[in-house]
Amino acid sequence: MEIKRPVPVVPAPVWKDVKDLQEWQEHHKSRPETGDKHSALFESLTDGIHRFPGGFVVTTPADAFLNWARKSSVWPVSFGLACCAIEMMATFASRFDVERLGMVPWASPRHSDLMIVSGTVTIKMAPMLLRIYDQMPDPKWAVSMGSCANSGGPFRHGYHVVKGVDRVIPVDVYVPGCPPPPESLLNGLLLLQDQISHFRRTGQRAAPSPKVD
Amino acid sequence: MDAAQARARLAENPDAVISGEGAAIVVTVPASQWTMLAEFAKDSLGCTFFSFLSAVDWKEEGLEVVVWADNIDAPFSLLMKTRLGAGVTTCASLSRIFRGAAWMEREAFDMFGIVFEGHPDLRRILLDDDWVGHPLLKSYAVDTPYPPYR
Repeated sequence: MEIKRPVPVVPAPVWKDVKDLQEWQEHHKSRPETGDKHSALFESLTDGIHRFPGGFVVTTPADAFLNWARKSSVWPVSFGLACCAIEMMATFASRFDVERLGMVPWASPRHSDLMIVSGTVTIKMAPMLLRIYDQMPDPKWAVSMGSCANSGGPFRHGYHVVKGVDRVIPVDVYVPGCPPPPESLLNGLLLLQDQISHFRRTGQRAAPSPKVD
Repeated sequence: MDAAQARARLAENPDAVISGEGAAIVVTVPASQWTMLAEFAKDSLGCTFFSFLSAVDWKEEGLEVVVWADNIDAPFSLLMKTRLGAGVTTCASLSRIFRGAAWMEREAFDMFGIVFEGHPDLRRILLDDDWVGHPLLKSYAVDTPYPPYR
């Protein structure tokens, strides 16, 4: 009988034929920075003002004000993948209540600033995750929640799981745990707010916060 | 028909190897009698409740296809097995006998690469269409380095 296309006819890979595991790991680490924080026009405009004599008097308070505004209204897109999503829902709910931090779980990526990747990202799901991330307007942030999103977790050596969501999208805060309790996620979100308050007009991501609990 | 009668009916086939205890009957047949056994189980033994179809990779001994079907009225259960033999990846399809077998055979094709002859729509069911290899085979390497996300 004839098998319907497209079915690959490539033989299954064998372990001994895999030359170097580190090689492709390194390959995926060097993902280019796409400059996803600002438009080039805005960047050149603010850079011009900043370089004008005395311009920093304008840009520095403007940065501080905009960062205050940004960090006070981080809207996470509702994007639950696995059991971590239950903890994420608990964080959104009344007991932990992230709305007092200005975070409104929003059901559209086009109005959101933050993506909380809560759960296992399979290879089949990764393109959709990337697509939702691309639909979010700049500036945008991403929190990797739980072991699976951080590194693949218990499924790291499985055939179907992306070994860390940072191979798909840039991640700002990693929240460890399997799953992380709402307190952990809350701590991660506070760290993210801390990062956002150091956000610069050049469009670069702030350096990861040295603050740990 | 109860389990003892079903055992007796199955034992009429000289090629069938019967084991199992009580109401759990295990029967192994050559691959050439695979559809015949399934038809016999459904029509003569009353095992109309198809539970699952799966496969086992016995490495150099080849693949084994496993089907579980229940007679709900008796009740007894029948576990049907067949060895495809070393290096053989084709098997007769049961999808015309048990309609539920169609998707399970797609899954067995997806995970083990078993080509079910006579299947109406043999495609991958869980993995992407461009997936390389069949991951539940013992020879499939974990941590296989395929782009873009691995």
